[in-house]
Amino acid sequence: MPSTVALTVARYRPERESEPTFQTYEIPFRKDWVVLDALNHVKDELDGSLSFRWSCRMGVCGSCGMKVNGTPKLTCATFLSDYVPAPIRVEPLDYFPVVRDLVVDLTDFMRKLKQVKPWIIRTEEKPPAEGEYLQTPDQLDTYKQFSMCINCMLCYSACPIYGLEPSFIGPAAIALAQRYNMDSRDEGAAERLKILSEHDGIWQCTFVGECTKVCPKHVDPAGAIQQYKLTGATRWVKSLLLPWGTR
Amino acid sequence: MDLSSCDVLVVGGGGAGLRAAIAVAETHPRLRVAVISKVYPMRSHTVSAEGGAAAVIKAEDSLDEHAYDTISGGDWLCDQDAVEAFVREAPEEMLRLEHWGCPWNRERDGHIAVRPFGGMKVERTWFAADKTGFHLLHTLFQTTLKYDAIQRYDEFFVTKLLVGEGRCQGVVAIELSTGQVRAITANAVILCTGGCGKIFPFTTNASIKNGDGMALAYRAGAPLKDMEFVQYHPTGLPFTGILITEAARSEGGWLLNKDGYRYLQDYELGTPTPKPVFRSMELGPRDRLSQCFVKEQEKGRTLEGPYGHYVHLDIRHLGEKLIDKKLPFVRELCLKYVGIDPVKEMIPVRPVVHYMMGGIHTDIHGATPLKGLYAAGEAACVSINGANRLGSNSLTEILVFGARAGKAAAAFAAEQAGASPSLVAQAHDEQRRIEERFLRKSGGKERIATLRAEMHQIMEESAGIYRTETVLKEAAGKLKRLQERFQDLSLDDRSYTFNTELTAALELSYMLDVAQTIVHSALERRESRGSHQRTDYPQRDDERFLAHSLAYRAEEGSPRIAYRPVTITRWPPGKRVYGR
Ligand SMILES: Cc1cc2nc3c(=O)[nH]c(=O)nc-3n(C[C@H](O)[C@H](O)[C@H](O)COP(=O)(O)OP(=O)(O)OC[C@H]3O[C@@H](n4cnc5c(N)ncnc54)[C@H](O)[C@@H]3O)c2cc1C
Ligand code: SF4
Ligand code: FES
Repeated sequence: MPSTVALTVARYRPERESEPTFQTYEIPFRKDWVVLDALNHVKDELDGSLSFRWSCRMGVCGSCGMKVNGTPKLTCATFLSDYVPAPIRVEPLDYFPVVRDLVVDLTDFMRKLKQVKPWIIRTEEKPPAEGEYLQTPDQLDTYKQFSMCINCMLCYSACPIYGLEPSFIGPAAIALAQRYNMDSRDEGAAERLKILSEHDGIWQCTFVGECTKVCPKHVDPAGAIQQYKLTGATRWVKSLLLPWGTR
Repeated sequence: MDLSSCDVLVVGGGGAGLRAAIAVAETHPRLRVAVISKVYPMRSHTVSAEGGAAAVIKAEDSLDEHAYDTISGGDWLCDQDAVEAFVREAPEEMLRLEHWGCPWNRERDGHIAVRPFGGMKVERTWFAADKTGFHLLHTLFQTTLKYDAIQRYDEFFVTKLLVGEGRCQGVVAIELSTGQVRAITANAVILCTGGCGKIFPFTTNASIKNGDGMALAYRAGAPLKDMEFVQYHPTGLPFTGILITEAARSEGGWLLNKDGYRYLQDYELGTPTPKPVFRSMELGPRDRLSQCFVKEQEKGRTLEGPYGHYVHLDIRHLGEKLIDKKLPFVRELCLKYVGIDPVKEMIPVRPVVHYMMGGIHTDIHGATPLKGLYAAGEAACVSINGANRLGSNSLTEILVFGARAGKAAAAFAAEQAGASPSLVAQAHDEQRRIEERFLRKSGGKERIATLRAEMHQIMEESAGIYRTETVLKEAAGKLKRLQERFQDLSLDDRSYTFNTELTAALELSYMLDVAQTIVHSALERRESRGSHQRTDYPQRDDERFLAHSLAYRAEEGSPRIAYRPVTITRWPPGKRVYGR
């Protein structure tokens, strides 16, 4: 194994340059290091002006998504040793406006997140004092996978539809909607379906499945989209046959 | 300067901050509440909590048992009125979270499932596999989205509290995306900024945990309470400091020394049994377990690796099925970061800085001595954790006291007339300070990383698991010199757009202040209690130190330490007994 690695990093400082550029740093190679450690080495020792987001360094806060050698990755869960001796190239996630260096603008996603109403919707709420809503382990299992999303945005960055059609509500938001739809405590599925069907997006998804492939938490957003399309289509057919409603 | 206002301003979008914001929105729907956070709320470090959250729910349990476990676990330094309120309100808070959608693990019949936890005599820890904090935080955050009254300032970094006419009336913050310095005024401010583990080199805490709120309150004149009590968690992964949750032991994991021997039996923690026993052996409290590690190391019975001494956590006998069902994250983390499969191999672990028992002094409603300023969560010290927090009490604490602080702050805010005009001048001064000290400063030769590394070393040597007078004294002097050198800091980055070097510098200055309070409080407490062990004063001394320390900022740098009595209601100080 070599003792150093060439780390090429996309730079963009809007006050200084109109186009992104690249800068290469020579950093020590340590087998325990993840790509994020290398970026921190740059920031601490070589160039304090490099900007990127991170926090937990354990793959759960969702801050550190970037493109590593072309693929969307959590940089705190991607080891240098997966690439060396080849050089490593780190870029901001695709399809998001770049704020600075490796930092992208998430405003669009934060808006979409709210649009899918990711909270429990019920016609009647029981006061906490009356105890829990019962939910069996099997019922929990039906939505659990979709509840594991850390909002890291890798799936958006991998989604060709989102790249072409920024109004597409996107894989993680749909998975989250589905997480609540499938929750036995929730009664908001019809409301959410309305929202999702109004947005083109979901019908444009060609089921490429790139989102599921890059997801570090095995959320399977493509599966969620598929389920949605099925219920969406059935409901659409039913609404033709039974125009007074299907619930 | 851009000036905005709200009625209640919550600083921090972790569990405590979000719960506080919902409490404001629910109890005072007419008030405008805002959450300001230096990271998007769902990135807050609550997200990393693994094991669970304690609240009495089973018929065989009782509020008094939870209170007693908490108080004895805290080595009698807890305020018992606060503990009583805590255990009483805990179940309802947890049920509320269930109603908001938290995917708690369930019994076969659909009721909430609970697991045992360290220092607890009955199973009462609710869990969502071993990603409890993650689910708790996302559930709370997603729930806040349904309240239109809750406004957010995401990725705004607070640099100062605005204080006018003797009360806190807002903050000054940098909008990270533009570098703009903004003043946000409010009738009440709640600090929910989390802990400060990053003061130490080896910690489970995220990069954002720098004691910001503690330093902000301290600088504004509010005292920090019980800062000498720093929790070491016995099972962190060497090098990364990633936590292996206590749930691994509560499900039946063993701690083994280099001879494969369950060494805790040598330290008055009970006798080994194949199945876990409450308040015994591996289910003893964290302070004691971390201290046992040091003693094993002194006896030469630990293993040595590239990142120092370690012991083994063995969960192989639990079997793949249980591990995947109840500890999937442990397996994921070990596979990813250590390259071992805990189903087949033992996990290397060592004690790691984890949690701050101390924090901003508040009363039972989250109010600090500074009018208009409230605090909750790990940033605060109410105090229910005393000298040693029990695992799974903190997630519950952020809910119970987040809600309490939210309600109290809202009630206070509703009575106030509005911000005083003097605040604008203060905000301008702060803007100038940031520009002159950091962005436009010429000269200066110190780097953030150098000063931070020196602080780390000082803190590990002086304020670790065992402490002594001489080392603490030296540390106090060294920290003072570091603070002087901080004045000579120079930044590479002078830009306004998302300048993370600037925020790192400000965080370092917060940490240096908080580090001072830790060292001075530890120096003055000449006894051993809970997580604070003085080799020169090995006994607990209730005569002199059944008291909370309060660190006040003094004029020329070093904090001034005062004391206030502990509130005892029904549990007079006794001996901490485990393993029987
Ligand atoms: C790895 C790990 C596992 C844990 N497991 C458990 C467990 O199983 N059970 C348990 O009970 N406890 C556990 N804990 C402890 C518990 O998770 C924390 O004490 C608790 O989550 C703290 O929540 P909080 O809301 O107070 O702070 P945090 O979640 O840390 O949030 C702090 C907030 O303040 C904001 N902030 C800070 N500074 C500024 C600033 N200058 N300007 C603007 N915003 C700012 C941040 O952006 C963030 O939103 C664990 C802790 C760790 C580290
Ligand atoms: S679905 Fe997966 S890839 Fe997409 S944001 Fe969530 S965790 Fe990340
Ligand atoms: S730093 Fe939190 S996911 Fe990478």
